[in-house]
Amino acid sequence: MTEPQGVLKPDPVIEPGHDYGSITEKIASIVDTGRQPKFWWVGFGIGFALMQLFLVSAVWLLWEGVGVWGINNPVGWGFAIINLVWWIGIGHAGTLISAILLLLRQDWRTSINRFAEAMTLFAVACAGMFPLLHMGRPWFFYWLIPYPNTFGMWPQFRSPLVWDVFAISTYATASALFWFIGLIPDLATLRDRATNRTGKFVYGLLSMGWRGSAVHWYRYEVAYLLLAGLATPLVVSVHTVVSFDFAIGIIPGWHATIFPPYFVAGAIYAGFAMVLTLAIPIRWMYGLHDFITARHLRNMAKVMLATGLIVAYGYSMEAFMAWYSGATYETAMIEHRLFGSFAHIFWALIAVNVVIPQVLWFPQVRRSTAALFCVAMVVNVGMWLERYLIVVTSLSKDFLPSSWGEYAATRWDWATYIGTIGLFLTLMFLFLRVLPLISIFEMRTLVPGGAGKKGGDDE
Amino acid sequence: MTHQRLHSVELTELQDKLARAQGKQYWRSLDELAETPEFVEYLHREFPEQASEMNDPVSRRRFLQLMGASIALAGATACNGQAVEKIVPYVRQPENMIPGRPLYYATGFSLGGYAIGALAESHMGRPTKLEGNPEHPASLGSSNSYLQASILDLYDPDRSQVVLNNGRIATWEGFIAALGTELATLEASGNGSRLRILTQTVTSPTQIDLIEAVQARLPGAQWHQWEPINRDAVRAGAVAAFGEPVDTRYDFSRASVVLSLDADIYADLPGSIRYTRDFADRRRVRDDDRNMARLYSVESTPTITGASADHRWRVRASDVEAVARVVAASLGVAGLEGSGQLPDGVDAEVVDALTADLRAHAGTSLVVPGEGQPPAVHALAHAINAHLGNVGETVVHSEPVAPQPQSQAASLEALVEDMRADAVGMLVVIGGNPVYDAPADLDFAGALDAVGTRVHMGLHANETSELCHWHVPENHFLESWGDARAYDGTVTLVQPLIEPLYLGHTALELTAIMAGAAETEGRAVLESAWRDRWAAGEIEVDLGPTFDKAWRRILHDGLVPGTAYPARPTALVGGWDLGATVNSGGMEVIFRVDPTVYDGRFANNGWLQETPKPLTKLTWDNAALVSPATAERLGVANEDVVELTYDGRSVRAPIWVLPGQPDESVTLPLGYGRTRTGRVGTGTGFNAYTLRTSDALAFATGLDVAPTGRRYQLASTQMHHSMEGRDIVRVGDFHEFESTGGIQHPHTHVPGPEESLFPPYEYNGHSWGMSIDLNVCIGCTGCVTACQAENNVPVVGKTEVANGREMHWIRVDRYWSGGVENPETVFQPVACMHCDNAPCEVVCPVAATVHGSEGLNEMVYNRCVGTRYCANNCPYKVRRFNFLDYTDYDDAPMMKLLHNPDVTVRSRGVMEKCTYCVQRINVARQDAKVDGREMVDGDVVTACQQACPAQAITFGDLNDPDSAIAAAREEPLHYGLLEELGTRPRTNYMARLRNANTTLNPPVERSDSEVEHD
Repeated sequence: MTEPQGVLKPDPVIEPGHDYGSITEKIASIVDTGRQPKFWWVGFGIGFALMQLFLVSAVWLLWEGVGVWGINNPVGWGFAIINLVWWIGIGHAGTLISAILLLLRQDWRTSINRFAEAMTLFAVACAGMFPLLHMGRPWFFYWLIPYPNTFGMWPQFRSPLVWDVFAISTYATASALFWFIGLIPDLATLRDRATNRTGKFVYGLLSMGWRGSAVHWYRYEVAYLLLAGLATPLVVSVHTVVSFDFAIGIIPGWHATIFPPYFVAGAIYAGFAMVLTLAIPIRWMYGLHDFITARHLRNMAKVMLATGLIVAYGYSMEAFMAWYSGATYETAMIEHRLFGSFAHIFWALIAVNVVIPQVLWFPQVRRSTAALFCVAMVVNVGMWLERYLIVVTSLSKDFLPSSWGEYAATRWDWATYIGTIGLFLTLMFLFLRVLPLISIFEMRTLVPGGAGKKGGDDE
Repeated sequence: MTHQRLHSVELTELQDKLARAQGKQYWRSLDELAETPEFVEYLHREFPEQASEMNDPVSRRRFLQLMGASIALAGATACNGQAVEKIVPYVRQPENMIPGRPLYYATGFSLGGYAIGALAESHMGRPTKLEGNPEHPASLGSSNSYLQASILDLYDPDRSQVVLNNGRIATWEGFIAALGTELATLEASGNGSRLRILTQTVTSPTQIDLIEAVQARLPGAQWHQWEPINRDAVRAGAVAAFGEPVDTRYDFSRASVVLSLDADIYADLPGSIRYTRDFADRRRVRDDDRNMARLYSVESTPTITGASADHRWRVRASDVEAVARVVAASLGVAGLEGSGQLPDGVDAEVVDALTADLRAHAGTSLVVPGEGQPPAVHALAHAINAHLGNVGETVVHSEPVAPQPQSQAASLEALVEDMRADAVGMLVVIGGNPVYDAPADLDFAGALDAVGTRVHMGLHANETSELCHWHVPENHFLESWGDARAYDGTVTLVQPLIEPLYLGHTALELTAIMAGAAETEGRAVLESAWRDRWAAGEIEVDLGPTFDKAWRRILHDGLVPGTAYPARPTALVGGWDLGATVNSGGMEVIFRVDPTVYDGRFANNGWLQETPKPLTKLTWDNAALVSPATAERLGVANEDVVELTYDGRSVRAPIWVLPGQPDESVTLPLGYGRTRTGRVGTGTGFNAYTLRTSDALAFATGLDVAPTGRRYQLASTQMHHSMEGRDIVRVGDFHEFESTGGIQHPHTHVPGPEESLFPPYEYNGHSWGMSIDLNVCIGCTGCVTACQAENNVPVVGKTEVANGREMHWIRVDRYWSGGVENPETVFQPVACMHCDNAPCEVVCPVAATVHGSEGLNEMVYNRCVGTRYCANNCPYKVRRFNFLDYTDYDDAPMMKLLHNPDVTVRSRGVMEKCTYCVQRINVARQDAKVDGREMVDGDVVTACQQACPAQAITFGDLNDPDSAIAAAREEPLHYGLLEELGTRPRTNYMARLRNANTTLNPPVERSDSEVEHD
């Protein structure tokens, strides 16, 4: 689809007037001038403060036990698993942008992939906290890992939680490697630009002796492409495996074959929403309108619209299959979701995840950064509500009405959740401070007439 | 007098000091502490009030620490510190004692004066569990929640531990000296009548003899009895009917048609455990035994008896008499004065059907009046039973088990009058808590002030001891020598299992001292009394040539054979009918014994507090029970606080809407609102005794209810009451089963083993299974408490229960169906089903729950990391998680003593659930191996099965074709819960049947498409 731009060529992915020098200067100076805008200090301050909240709540949790949370019988999983799935979902956009869009030669990814990947890593770090913290005895977490031991015990490989360990750790490793490989040429740039000894030393160490020779570039390209190829299945596999945590269970509302695709779509939806949530303020903060152009934002909005529709299809299929199967427990579960004690959450979910994002059909909305930011925030909330609905409502009313119960989060649930947002923000702002948030060398390839590829038609 | 008002104690600082000390240092630091001002102050106060700690989940750990401190401090104050323990092997091993193997001793537990024979399990001298005594007629091996939980009282750290004089610590010797002086003065001055002894209901022959000896020493000394849940009406009814206070007991094993007139046959009668067993045998239906006794219930407050009844009609408590009268009249009972009108809820058609059925079963029918019903109803029931020829068949009259010259209410009233008139110089209260539970209009506490010397002996320092000059700790029955009669008169021996943990004494000892008896040591008192009776030939059964042999036999059996009272002929006297009572209008208030804390004596018992009440499923609180229609009229809902006013007194209570409750009638369970009990019980519920006056001990009309707009949180373990049309508890029609051998139930597809990709497990040895017969299950929750005691199930407190975190391994689900006003009630005990295809096993990431070689779904606590995935994936929701540290007894050594050493105490963060009492399976396996034989059916008895008074639970080896469980699996009524999920549960159920009177309930045709036949 082409928007009425009045020209035949699509919008550029980099505004005109840039050359190699200006790109390098613009991006690298954010890191090496040593001065950060006020916004950075405010953002970092908030994030850091919230991270302290996380530390406090984690310590209290370890001291007292998971009973400080609102979980109970029958709702044995609450905020921890909701947040795990939410953060993992957010983590999806990074790899999708880096790997799949790279393989598809979508060069508009260039200006957003670096911080999207960082976002992925940090989101996975936040996500990774929850499976650990939610355990009754977290100090034995390593029993989920297959390692030779004197017990003569393996993990129980039929459990999706064991699959999770593999899926999430693989994803985290692959994402970190991918991110780091992609950083090497830029780290070398920073090393070369560094004026103090610390900078020279640290960036020098991290750039692994990058000299920019043709052989280096060749090996870099091969490694990066290979990693992209490796990472691509992970985009699908991680959330598929996470969805198995539910789909393998026999609880109505969990036990559904639609879960893997529906979770993956939801994850991409959530991931792009989070990328927009971050990109819009960063772009404004550092004046990066030339690099993160209106076209980037529009493209992301379109991806959100598409995945949002898949998610909406998932919701409707869930309800339809419950009705169509005529299965007592499934029907009752859907009725409970639609009209039961958690109905307000369901209808809020429909509003924020299905209805409101439909405004993205309108070009005016896609062009307005403020509107996009609002929609992205709404989707962030919506995807959280979706996981709340899946985890909590299904458990609260399953087979025997005698065991039905309600769930209410405690302040420690909220503190832990908000605390991980703090952790995320802290890491994100530190990243902005010490690493180039946009890939410098890849941006150079976008300069018209430059050495790189030309801006392709992605629309 | 200046009785010391006791204040709450800030223990924090003391505790902090204790927390820093360890091992021997611990005791040394106590000595140091003793020097500090706060410690000295603590000594002068008595009750550290930290009850609220119990309710706060997060500070529970703290509470337990406090509990430990209180024990330690009490130890210091009592100068009775536990000796340094040296672990050395026996040089000469005591006979029968094998380390690691328990010994069982017969003893007796009394409630309301009536004894139930018990077997106490003792591990190396430490009692850990109580069971019914199979040889005892009141038990036959079964028990109830009270009996099961009474062992917790033994280890209760809040138990009274030292003699108190005006709230200060004193000594037993000091007390005896003071008592001796007082008594000598009374004796010398000839003022014997100024001595009063107030006891609870006493059936102990030795205690009665000793009290009479006191009266002989001090002529004129009077003995009063008061028990808030007394049998005055029963007694008065017998006097009205027969002219003498005969006792009535029932033989349910002969009953075919039973009519309950507001009687909770299964819970409230002295012989309830036995009755339940006998009647369950009459109601158990098998393919080859298609007989079922019928139970009609006309009742006010819903009870488990009404819930089990084939027909239940709800009438106000004050209307039961009218129903009884009309039934009697239509049966043609002679001597009836006027017949009266039927109340709402029962119509003439019902009475016709009922009377026809009773008449058709003359001689095998039975009418049981409720303990709370007035004498007139009891007289009517006697007349009906006599008229139907049931006396001598299903009804047995005998000498009264509890000899009482007058009714307890009158006795207490006389005492209070004398106290006010300054005619009482010394009052000795042995057991009980009259300040708390005496009728409100008597103002017992106020009258007490006029008594010169007041002595209280009790298990706990309570509201009464607070107002007494002396408080003497009483021994728990597991520390005591004593005797008591059972419901049928059988003398039951009480023998101690353990040296008294604290400085307590028994009622027998105190009375013996007061009587100036030669023997004053518990065992000697009892033994010499029985030696005398032996010598006098009072024991009719030949127990051996010498007394010592006889005594050994008595102690071994836990009862004196041949002491049941024989049946005694009775005849109705003229004018037996007390005449119809005219009901005044207005709302009715009903006072009922609480199904868990009884009359308040178990208020500090955490197990009972947390056992859900059978109908309401409430824990930790009582509530004003009202019908849905009344709640609507009052504009109140659950947890709304109302102000209840009766006769000028008022109390605030939260509302709980209870379907089946009669309209315009409010039931107030007694036993809550204690102000002086331990930290568990203080502050729970509201005190219904506040409204209970001498003329309204059971019920009365004229209650005012006013909403206050406030709310009070109640903790119920079941929030949803409908089966939602699901095939959960199968209820069938007995007549249909009788003719077809099957019942109708919704069609479900049960996947067979061949539908799984995995091969089925093979069981070459044993294959354990359980079957629960819902047709005889009465929903009493005895199994819940028994399981708690056997398996070290922790108590979590009200907040945690409200949060859905109760830990019971077996729960009794209660569902209602039909109209909301008078629904049908069904119960279903649910524990781990030990599925062959268990959803929990596949999802555990660390293999902490695995399938055993004998079919058990085994939970490996040590391996559990606490992901709770198994609990989520369990369709029966029987898994329980230690969300917090519920078992931190490091600082409470007394509580540790209680634990069953054969069962692991679970730590924070691990999952737990029913194990099929695997420890019992293993013991049985070892025993069989030692004996060189195969295990046989009946070797393994699970705790729930053993306790069940209805014997509804069958357990055994499915691989043994001759076992009871294998036979149960062949029964047509047998089904698996949620079998359609393919879980293949090993615990199965047998459908409940309703033996409706076809005149009242013509069979309903159901469409075949919805149901299938077995």
